[in-house]
Formats: sequence, structure tokens, C-alpha cells
Amino acid sequence: MGVEVRRSAQGVTLELSGEWGARELTDLEAQLAAVDVHAARELRIATAGVTRLDLSGAWVLREFVRRARAAGAAVSFQGELPDQLRLIDETLKDAPATPAPDAAAEASGALSAIGRYAVAFGRDLVLGLAFLGRATSVALASAGGRARLRPISIARHVYDTGITAMPIVALIAFLISVIIAYMSAQQLRGLGADIYVVDLVAIGVLRELGVLLTSIIVAGRSGSSFAAELGSMELNQEVDALTATAVNPYEVLVLPRLLGLAVALPLLTIIADLVGLTGGALLCRYLLDMPLTQYVSRVNYAISPSTFWVGLLKAPVFAVLIGMAGCFHGMRVRGSARELGRQVTQAVVQAIFLVILADALFAVLFMKMDL
Amino acid sequence: MYPALEVRGLVNRFGEQVVHDGLDMEVQPDEVFGIVGGSGSGKSVLLRTILGLQRPQAGTVRIDGSDITRLSEAQLRPIKARYGVAFQQGALYSALTLLQNVQLPMIEHLDLPAAALDELALLKIRLVGLPAEAARKYPAELSGGMVKRAAIARALALDPTLLFLDEPTSGLDPVSAAAFDDLVLYLQQHLKLTIVMITHDLDSIFRTCNRVGVIVDKRMESDTLERIVDHPNPWIQAYFHGERARARTGAARGT
Repeated sequence: MGVEVRRSAQGVTLELSGEWGARELTDLEAQLAAVDVHAARELRIATAGVTRLDLSGAWVLREFVRRARAAGAAVSFQGELPDQLRLIDETLKDAPATPAPDAAAEASGALSAIGRYAVAFGRDLVLGLAFLGRATSVALASAGGRARLRPISIARHVYDTGITAMPIVALIAFLISVIIAYMSAQQLRGLGADIYVVDLVAIGVLRELGVLLTSIIVAGRSGSSFAAELGSMELNQEVDALTATAVNPYEVLVLPRLLGLAVALPLLTIIADLVGLTGGALLCRYLLDMPLTQYVSRVNYAISPSTFWVGLLKAPVFAVLIGMAGCFHGMRVRGSARELGRQVTQAVVQAIFLVILADALFAVLFMKMDL
Repeated sequence: MYPALEVRGLVNRFGEQVVHDGLDMEVQPDEVFGIVGGSGSGKSVLLRTILGLQRPQAGTVRIDGSDITRLSEAQLRPIKARYGVAFQQGALYSALTLLQNVQLPMIEHLDLPAAALDELALLKIRLVGLPAEAARKYPAELSGGMVKRAAIARALALDPTLLFLDEPTSGLDPVSAAAFDDLVLYLQQHLKLTIVMITHDLDSIFRTCNRVGVIVDKRMESDTLERIVDHPNPWIQAYFHGERARARTGAARGT
């Protein structure tokens, strides 16, 4: 298989044989490279022995002939020029010899990276504001009766984001309250202040952790699913189809998701609060030997009437933030599967960031209000 | 010499629904074989079975003599390198440029230097009639017709001898479709390809196919183009002699 070189008075004859295909390409290239094209004035190529010549094989041969001609040899074929070689000549006859310059090869370096990042950030901000504006105007329109609320769609989203999230939310709330109770019990027991474990669990869970953890779980579950769902609809032109039939995609896709989540998240928070307090009760009972009645009365003593509502009040706000981040990034997907993945990631990261930022602002606000 | 593709006694069932019941099909080397059938007759399932994307309940699918329904993934690998597929929607990898799309099979199956990769991929892209500038574009930036051509360029990446085309001219305007038929013929003649194509396009069938297989009643009736148009089956009659087909069929028979 391959290349056999014969020298005679007239010049050099190359006898090619065997399979000349894509799989043998590397080997053939090496064999042809070993032929000394400078030594021969006249080069004859015999292709009669080739059993199979495909496009890749023909390309290797063509490259070799080009090299030989450039080195000053007269190249000729014994018998017919192979059909495949002619095909390549015909295909490339008005082609640039090398691939077009890479359009993606942009200026690199720290400065231009910062610039690109800044421009992208600015554009994101504008797009985000535009999204916020559209969503708000649709929400106002539906509040004013000019756009339809879609109760069935909202109910579906309450189920998808709320009911199905109950087990995981309950489990995590239970575990977190156990962790807090256990940790604080270890520290406080030395001081003889066991009873404050109850304060920590009750206030911590009701005010902050119940709603915060639930929001983070929901951001991971539903924020990502919003983004992926809307993103693949966008890729499939379903959003365009809605717009083309004069249906506002913000009204049928975004608003039901936001409202559904705004209903589901407070309900999930209540469940997380309940389970969290139960977890604290169990730990106090079995680790600290505190009777259940004492736990309940201490909880009543520790919390003020507003503690529960302060936590719950944050839930719908977080829900809207999560839903906005998910829908916004979903509707920004354009073109490719990679873009879909990128936007879903962004949706979740941004949702969690916004939730924590809002929680910090709430903390300051409630402190100023002495709640 | 084996047939390029031979299907015997193929049975495909999904629960209660029988799609193929003893389907036979044979494609000889260097042939352009058209697969025709009503919507829902199981053309796509047949193609998926032939490509090894799903296993049939019974029957054999031989490509160059080896039965792909009995082979493991590892044994299928060299056989899969011998055929190329152009899917209906192109199925180009959206995260890669056209050039990278064509190079991907080469990188996975062959051990080529980078320069050869670029040149060979560009050669395939030019061969299907796309400009060199298209090589750096992403699939989302290509027009429908260009995507169809690009799908063929990628299918040709490993220099296959067998090429499957799934509805190659669907969604193209008549002029583009005719140009596409010319491309298929051009490639078939110069690269000595065996082509199996699923199509609805009568113009395409009359222009390119040597033989045609029609899926009717869960089996396939196949014959040369000249003879299949006279097949007594009512669906085949309706297909080739319906209102939309009359002018064509007459032309093919020279009457």
C-alpha cells in the first residue's frame, strides 16, 4: 500500500497502490513527504494500482503535485487523471488558497476585555430595564382589566413551582433548624443558657432562614426551569409565533409565571417555618431534654407578633425577583444550545444574588422601622 | 459483492402500534434510492433503525454485509464512519462554526494535522457549493438552503460511500430545490456515492432516483422508477398519478 518510487533515465516514476482514503491519510502524507521532489526533473505518477481513491486521498495527492511543481518538476499522470482530482480542481478553481481569516479572532488583552465586559454589562442593564418595563406594563394592564389574567396557567405554575417543591423545602428547613439548634445548644449549654436555643431557632427560622432558604431552593428549581422553558420556546420560534398572532408573550408566558411563583413562594415559606419550628422542637426535646410545653411557651415568649409576618412579607418580593430573572434570561436566548445553557446559569446566579441583596435591604429597612 | 444496504423482515412496534411488519429493502452500490411514503408511514422510524438509533423488534439491517442490529457500540464505530447522514433540519451543532461542524467527525475518527483538517473541511464546504466565507459562520447565521448544503458537507466529512438524506429539498423554493438535486447528482457521479433519500418531492424523485421504495401497509414496494409508477397499489397510484403528479409522470415515460 502507498507509494513506490522508481528511478529511470527519463526521471522518477511514482507507483501508487492500495487504498487512498481518509483513514490512511496521515500515513500517505508521510510517504509522500519522503519523496525527494527536488531530485527529479520529470515526475510521472501511475495510479493504476489504487483500489480506492476518495476525496481526502486525492487531496493529499494534489498537495504533493503542487509541491513538486513549485519545486520545478514536470509532473504528469500515467493514463487518465483521476476523476476525484479533477473534482477538487474544479471545486477550488476560484478559491483562496487558505481559509478566510477568523472573524472571531478579536483583539485580546486585559484592556479590551474590560471594555467588552463594560459594554455587555451596559447592554444587559438596558435590556433588563426594558424587560422590567414590559412586564410591569402588562401587570398594570391586567390589573386594570385590559389584559387577561390566566388562572389556569397560574394554577399550573403554582403546582409546578410550589406543590412539587414541598418535600425538598420541608427537608431542608428541617435539617437547617436542626443544625442551628445543635450548634447553638453546644455553645449555650456551657453558659447554662439552654433556653435561648429556642429563641435562636424561632427567630432565625421565622425571620430569615425560612424564607431565604426556600427562595434559594426555588431559584435553583424554578428560576432555571423558567429560563430553560422560555429559552427553548424562543429557539423553536414559539415566542415569535405568539407575537405574530397578536398574543403578547409577556401576558401569556411571563405574567402567569410571576404570579404563580408569587403565590407559591409564601405558601412554601409557611411550610418551611412550620417544619423548621418542629425540627427545633425535636432537637430540644431529645438533646436538651426540654419538655414540649416549655418549648412552645418559650417560642411564644421569644417572638413578637410581627416576627412571622416580617419573614412572610419578603416571600412575594423574592418570588418576583426569581421569576423576573428566570423569564428575562429565558427570553434572551438566541441561536444556540450553548446560549441556552449560559442564560439558564445566569438566571439562577442572578436570582440568588438578587434575593440575598433584597434580603439585606429588608434587614436594614426593618431595623429602621424597629420591627 | 454485498448490497450497500439490505433490510430484511424488519419489525418495529411501539406498544400496540405496528409501524413496520416484515419490511424488506435493498440498495445496490452507486444507486440513488428514494424512500417514499405517506405521513406517519414510518419513513423516519426506518431511517432511525438503519442508522442504529433504535433497535428493531425483529429483522436485520445490513450495511456492506454486517448486521448492525447485532453489533455493539464499539463494533458499530467503523461502520458509522462509512456512511454520512444529512438530517432534515440540518442538525448542525449550534455552538460550533460550520468549519468546526465539518471537522468534528474528522477529529473524532481520524488523526489529522491541523492544516490538513482546515483544508479538507474547506474543500467539503466548497464542494457542496457554499462560499468559503460561510465556513466561519455559526449555523444560526446561515439561511435554510445553506443549512441543507452544510448538512451534506458535514455528512461528507469522512468521505463516506453511503449517504443518507432526510427530506433534502423540503422547505426550499423550486429553484433552490432543483439546484440541490443537481448537487446530489453531481456528488453521486463524481464521488461514486450510494445515496438513500427520504423525500416527498416528486420533482426530486424523477430527477435523481434510479429506484424508489414506497412504504405501504407497513411494508416496502420497491422497483425502478419506470416500473413503480405502474404499481397497482392504490396509494402508489394516487401518489404518482394524482393531480399534482400527472404532468411529471407523463414526462418520465416520454408520452
